[in-house]
Amino acid sequence: MTDNRTPALPAYAHSLGIGIHGMEDDVPVLTVRFGPSVEGRPGHFHGGATAGLLENAGYTALRHRLLEEGRSPRLKPINITVQYLSAGKQKQTFARARITRLGRRTANLTVEAWQDDRTRPIASAVMNILMA
Amino acid sequence: MNAPPARFDAKEAGKFFFRQGHPGWLGLRYHNHGENWVELELPWREDLLGEPDRPVLASGPIVSLMDMASGMSIWQSHGTFTPIATLDLRVDYQRAARERSAVFGRVECYRTTRSAAFVRGIAHDGDPLDPVAHIAGVFMTIAKDPRQKSPPARETVKSEGAADD
Repeated sequence: MTDNRTPALPAYAHSLGIGIHGMEDDVPVLTVRFGPSVEGRPGHFHGGATAGLLENAGYTALRHRLLEEGRSPRLKPINITVQYLSAGKQKQTFARARITRLGRRTANLTVEAWQDDRTRPIASAVMNILMA
Repeated sequence: MNAPPARFDAKEAGKFFFRQGHPGWLGLRYHNHGENWVELELPWREDLLGEPDRPVLASGPIVSLMDMASGMSIWQSHGTFTPIATLDLRVDYQRAARERSAVFGRVECYRTTRSAAFVRGIAHDGDPLDPVAHIAGVFMTIAKDPRQKSPPARETVKSEGAADD
């Protein structure tokens, strides 16, 4: 489901196996399949890989929105707080961000990752991003 | 396994942890440790860049580095390799890591209660006095859950999220 309106992902995302699953209400949904590159405890996602998915979902959603507004600032991370809600199993995992506030200099995002059941997220994150 | 387990040693454990899975894929390495802290190294890698047009390390691998160093600092501090789960991890980025530079993650476990372990640390690219990021995290110490009779035998590796699944 890629077209010329779908945002590009950075090298890190490609390398980890993260792709764009599709667009929902004009927000990109990112996905990664389970495999050795994301495995922590045997048979489970590593917290760092889950954080990587959340973070990429955040940046991709923000870049996409900014492009629609005709802006393309440099994005710099201010901080990220990840909450781990339940263990990530050997299943395809998805993540989608909500831009809670888009200002001139900073953006605040909340991101959720889920597996089978979207109403039971496995992790969530809050991110503040500087737009320079 | 009747023999009592040896005291956890971050250097020895690293040989096992960094052989496979996500830490192996990242290429994490043991660097140093003390009584309640562990320092790991994330070597520079071209394919971990976070921006299309600038040679800047993505922040995701830094979270992985700090998460791993956090878990190991808890085991080092406890002296045992018992199940823990990441509840919450916060990373405050101070600046971008220098191009082509390895990033080091040093985390200390500064407090442990019956059910939780608290960690804090820094990521730096050579000079610990000029950090790339500060982190703080809380982990659940599953083995000490009073509702559990004995620690699960096989679940001896760090996981994420509450242990209710």
